[in-house]
Amino acid sequence: MITLEKRPQPSKLWTAITPVLAVIATMIAGGLMFALLGKDPFIAIRTIFWDPLFNEQFAAFSRPQLLVKAAPLILIATGLAMGFRAGVWNIGAEGQYIMGAISGAAVGLAFHPTESVFIFPLMVAAGALGGFLWAMIPGILKVRFHTNEILVSLLLVYVAEFILASMALGALRNPEGNGFPGSRNFKEYPSAFNAELLPNTGLHWGVVAAIVAVIFAYILFSKHMMGFHIRLAGQAPKAARFGGVEPARLILFCLGTSGALAGLAGLFEVSGPAGQISIDFNVGYGFTAIIVAFLGRLNPIGILLAGLLMALTYIGGELASFMLGVPSAAIQAFQGMLLFFLLAVDVLTNYRIRFGKREVV
Amino acid sequence: MKRRTILAGAVAALAMTSGAFAEDKTKVGFVYIGPVGDGGWTYEHDQGRLAVEKEFGDKVETIYQENVPESADAERVITQMALSGADLIFTTSFGYMDPTLAVAAKFPNVKFEHATGFKRADNVSTYSARFYEGRAVQGHIAGKMTKTNKVGYIGSFPIPEVIRGINSAYIHAKKANPDVEFSVVWAYTWFDPAKEADAATALIEQGADVILQHTDSTAPQAAAQKAGNVITFGQASDMSEYAPMPRVSSIIDNWGPYYIARTKAVMDGTWESTDTWDGIAPGMVGIGEISDAVPADVKAEALALKDSIADGSYMPFTGPLKKQDGSDWLADGETADDGTLAGMNFYVEGIKGDIPN
Repeated sequence: MITLEKRPQPSKLWTAITPVLAVIATMIAGGLMFALLGKDPFIAIRTIFWDPLFNEQFAAFSRPQLLVKAAPLILIATGLAMGFRAGVWNIGAEGQYIMGAISGAAVGLAFHPTESVFIFPLMVAAGALGGFLWAMIPGILKVRFHTNEILVSLLLVYVAEFILASMALGALRNPEGNGFPGSRNFKEYPSAFNAELLPNTGLHWGVVAAIVAVIFAYILFSKHMMGFHIRLAGQAPKAARFGGVEPARLILFCLGTSGALAGLAGLFEVSGPAGQISIDFNVGYGFTAIIVAFLGRLNPIGILLAGLLMALTYIGGELASFMLGVPSAAIQAFQGMLLFFLLAVDVLTNYRIRFGKREVV
Repeated sequence: MKRRTILAGAVAALAMTSGAFAEDKTKVGFVYIGPVGDGGWTYEHDQGRLAVEKEFGDKVETIYQENVPESADAERVITQMALSGADLIFTTSFGYMDPTLAVAAKFPNVKFEHATGFKRADNVSTYSARFYEGRAVQGHIAGKMTKTNKVGYIGSFPIPEVIRGINSAYIHAKKANPDVEFSVVWAYTWFDPAKEADAATALIEQGADVILQHTDSTAPQAAAQKAGNVITFGQASDMSEYAPMPRVSSIIDNWGPYYIARTKAVMDGTWESTDTWDGIAPGMVGIGEISDAVPADVKAEALALKDSIADGSYMPFTGPLKKQDGSDWLADGETADDGTLAGMNFYVEGIKGDIPN
């Protein structure tokens, strides 16, 4: 007989071990899946986890790409984690990401073809503001009318997608683009281009912003009063109220911060790796960041590692896909397994397994 | 300075020798926007890939990547393919244009082929098919077959390629049936079965009994089948599993011969950057079998129209034609030039609604 017994306190040891266990379980189950598809599981797993980092043919390119792919995930997830800790559920980071990209790109394109060192900082500010304002909609509605921020923020993603399509086809369309949708490419506009800071490192301003955000969030959570309020509101809302936490202020702070960070991520992406506003500009970073936030235990350092791991499965997954002919659906299933196993082994953090007969009471 | 050149020369020589050993096989890569099982656009490109494998056997190795978003991801995927030693890479969606050009600049020895775009370089060709020729045949059948005089059209994105198709279908439907009306719904996706089914159902509920689609899934076919008495046309692929009803014919993209020819050119060292835009005549655009649901006389007319396009005696955009706003476009007997067609951003006279912008 196996029974689960609740631990008096979550186990510190298991909190640290479970992500590693989840990765190992994913490798085993994923390996089985690849074997069923007729691929060598060891080669498939090696291609996903090893080749992007160490294969001499690809690593020089894919290692920097890891940063490029992870930066928006980390930036968004860090913001989301604040809200999630306080019980404020911003599910619409994807929309804030889009609106940040549009706002920032619009500012940059408005100055074209002027060259000035002030243009990029202005774009950054506009990007953060765009995401912030878009997140304020569910924020203010919640504070004033007690609407559900999960629904409002999620539905605003679809609104943002339509605005994006409209911008790509209309206001921001490249006037020299032969009538095709899509804005000018920032790669051809040096003042507005979020270029690599050091060649071939993948390090762009978005990566810097992600690292800074992680450090700030770490300090906020561990040293600052606001961080204490956030945790208190999440764990004991009533106590928080008695403790002088204003719920409205907290809600607006969490939504606003996560919105601004998502907006920044969008701006750095559109002005750098993506290069232009296009109809399909967003590829789900805002949603994947939710997984990253939980994979990282809502802890800034954890999020940093989780973002890198997620990016690794994307890039390694692509390699496996075309090198070994693994269907892209199998790669997505593989990523899904990671979250599934993490949640499954999470039980061990809060419960301990007991073997043997249950004691008769 | 001199030492550096020598060094660079040595590195290049080394790279060439090691390359020569590794490359007894020509490696051809394909980047797809949808899954290979979409039954439409990507499926047909993948059929082209398989045709290349069949043609050259052991002399080629093909690789592909499906579901690649038209974003920063595309550039990474194309780069990784080039790094993996591909000699020729086909990028098969419009949105891969800038990423393809960017990667091509970094890999001057790799050849690139971008579908449906307009930017080229020394190692980047563009290719597309004159789908509007097939749309003309489709429009004719649609005009003859509709009883409600309402034709629904599921557009993907309002880009010239799609607008050309709408115009061509409308012009020929109108010739066949002066009372015909078109309703265009924009799905803003190339492949999303749920959205496509919604769009088809909405059009059918508005009274359309012919559904034309410029999206890649078979979902509109299924929606039409469910509604009954609605006809559809296969898009990009034959979609013959829905024949004879609702699918009465189709436009088939046949990329195989082109892919084989370009792969051969790389093998022979004769590859050059070109712009290819082929239609029914060379076989890049095929008309799927017209099913028995279409009366014999209509079928005969449709085939005659197809033949006249194939032999060059008729061009689907022949004046007199006016633009939607009533201004003159083509005078009597005048035909549209490729430049105008490539950038087409207006409806012809008679189509209701605006092109979103």
